[in-house]
Amino acid sequence: MNDRLSAQYWLHEKELTAYSSDAVRDRRRRAMELFEAKGFPSQRDEDWKYSSLKPVLSPHYALNSPCAALEDEHLEYADIKRFLVNELDAYRVVFLNGRYTSWLSDTTHQGFDVCTLSSAWKKYPETIERYFAQLTEDLGPLAQLNTALAWDGIYVVVPDNVVVDRPIQLLSFTSGAEPRAIQVRNLVVLGVNSQVEIIERHQSLSDQPTWTNSVDEAYLAEGAQLRWVKLQHDGPLASMTQHTRIQQDRSSRSQVHTISTGGRFIRNNLDIVLNGPGAEARMLGLTLGKGKQLVDHHTLVDHRAPNCISHENYKGIYDEGSKGVFNGRIYVHREAQKTDAYQQNANLVLHQTAEVNAKPQLEIFADDVRCSHGCTVGQLDEDALFYLRARGIREPEARAMLMLAFAEDALAGIDHPSLNAKLHKLIAGKLGVDLTLDL
Amino acid sequence: MLEIRELHASIGDKEILRGVNLTVKPGEVHAIMGPNGSGKSTLSSVIAGREEYQVTSGDVLWDGKSILELAPEERAHLGLFLGFQYPVEIPGVSVSNFVKTALNAVRAARGEEALDASSMLKKMREALQLLEMDKGFLSRSLNEGFSGGEKKRNEIFQMAMLEPRLAILDETDSGLDIDALRIVAQGVNGLRSAKASFVVITHYQRLLDYIIPDVVHVLLNGRIVKVGDKSLAYALEERGYDWIKKEVE
Repeated sequence: MNDRLSAQYWLHEKELTAYSSDAVRDRRRRAMELFEAKGFPSQRDEDWKYSSLKPVLSPHYALNSPCAALEDEHLEYADIKRFLVNELDAYRVVFLNGRYTSWLSDTTHQGFDVCTLSSAWKKYPETIERYFAQLTEDLGPLAQLNTALAWDGIYVVVPDNVVVDRPIQLLSFTSGAEPRAIQVRNLVVLGVNSQVEIIERHQSLSDQPTWTNSVDEAYLAEGAQLRWVKLQHDGPLASMTQHTRIQQDRSSRSQVHTISTGGRFIRNNLDIVLNGPGAEARMLGLTLGKGKQLVDHHTLVDHRAPNCISHENYKGIYDEGSKGVFNGRIYVHREAQKTDAYQQNANLVLHQTAEVNAKPQLEIFADDVRCSHGCTVGQLDEDALFYLRARGIREPEARAMLMLAFAEDALAGIDHPSLNAKLHKLIAGKLGVDLTLDL
Repeated sequence: MLEIRELHASIGDKEILRGVNLTVKPGEVHAIMGPNGSGKSTLSSVIAGREEYQVTSGDVLWDGKSILELAPEERAHLGLFLGFQYPVEIPGVSVSNFVKTALNAVRAARGEEALDASSMLKKMREALQLLEMDKGFLSRSLNEGFSGGEKKRNEIFQMAMLEPRLAILDETDSGLDIDALRIVAQGVNGLRSAKASFVVITHYQRLLDYIIPDVVHVLLNGRIVKVGDKSLAYALEERGYDWIKKEVE
């Protein structure tokens, strides 16, 4: 697999770098060389201790040119309709097998750019040179592989003082008669006091194993605001590895929701780098695991400047056979005085075959800070269950009510009623809850 | 309507109820008094169907039929209500939605239709009024951050909404100041009728100044050792439990 991926790069380097400067080409080369030197992470790596990539890497994936369109594959609106938040007036950027699908998309260049990376290589080489792979140099082999092979994904560049008027729906589909591995690369550059909101979903339409390896780079200038909802509700043969790195200047704000309710293997790395004073980050996560699912969250908040706030709340409900990992690292540099960092990770383990490995990791080198964290792994509260049942609520509904209530605060801050309703519907479906039950 | 016959119950190896007999008829108010550890809360839990307790012998009959095999929710559907000594805090579930879900679950189990929104609201307003509670209460998370008095009022509010045939109030008076006590009693008295029965479990006689019982039982070491009228409650208040202990011995 390593050799085939390496070949995929060297065979297609010319296409990949056709419009790029030498500097950008060299970044790709270096990334490929790093990947070749290190290979895929194994469970001997501390960061991968609980998560084996073996099931992700074992299928024989079709590895075509990362840039060329696949002529035999086609998507219609009817294929994707159910994966959209239809009621939401949004920009839409749709990809199939890692390539842009223009007839299903609604992009813009008016006042700001909401378009595709594949078009940006040619159109905006300077912006690319300035931002592409500048946050990802030190990341692990999966991110390096992505840097080398990156071709498409969303390209969002917002000038100073501009608020993007509609949210952006990013939909990435995989399909085809053979196992497919794709790279998705998203670049988000927000000017001073600008704002944008992204709703991201990856979906396999195939009955074959799929693997999406995705990297996001987001740059937030002073006062910029980014809201990102990552919905991971893929099918049972779909795997997802993702590294998101957000760098924030003074007084900027980010909010990332990671809702992991489907898929076979999910590994999320979410890094927030708080570079300017007064920056704020909110990271929320909800994981519902069942069957052979594995969901691994690695988060990092890098407090590099004073007076920053990070607030992290990850919830997990793990049912029969599923496995979860939460590794939450908070690093507070010596300069980052008056840091306010909060981390909460709460897990419900519903079945004896389910497993959660939770590890908060706080490294604090400043002396005037407020840092707190809490981590719990438990079962549904029997006293609460009895209380509900004693009021006449049947056991399955009582359990569901408690699970929904447990999950609820991980959805805080999602303000679109239609998106909220959609998420609740997915969550209720996953928990096997009657939808007429409201909280 | 409720008949408890020679009820023995234990938790783990420890026998707590050692032959309780109690009969409650429609419209009656019974008080069960007793010192700490006498089995009062165990009795209410066993009647309501809490699974940690094993009933080793005896029976609990509802309209002549045993309810020991029924799930807690099925007992609630019959019209049994337990007012908890320690109501559980459930963040994320609002009072109004909880009560709505509970009432409609009970109605569904009885083959009745769900209450429409306006009737539900009207009913909630009436219950709130009875308990001198503010409307803002409905949107708060169930018992989360409630004061002791608010928790107990919330129990009576739920009781008023569910209109049980038999309500067991487990030390509803504990931790209440005199005003809260009056309001809780007012709530209970407002629901008294020829059909509704109450079992009031308490340490102290003072609640019984407001809710006048028809029968007072003294529970000691898992047995009802003395039965009387409300004057028995006064005697206990004045003289404590020691004289009964001696009498029993």
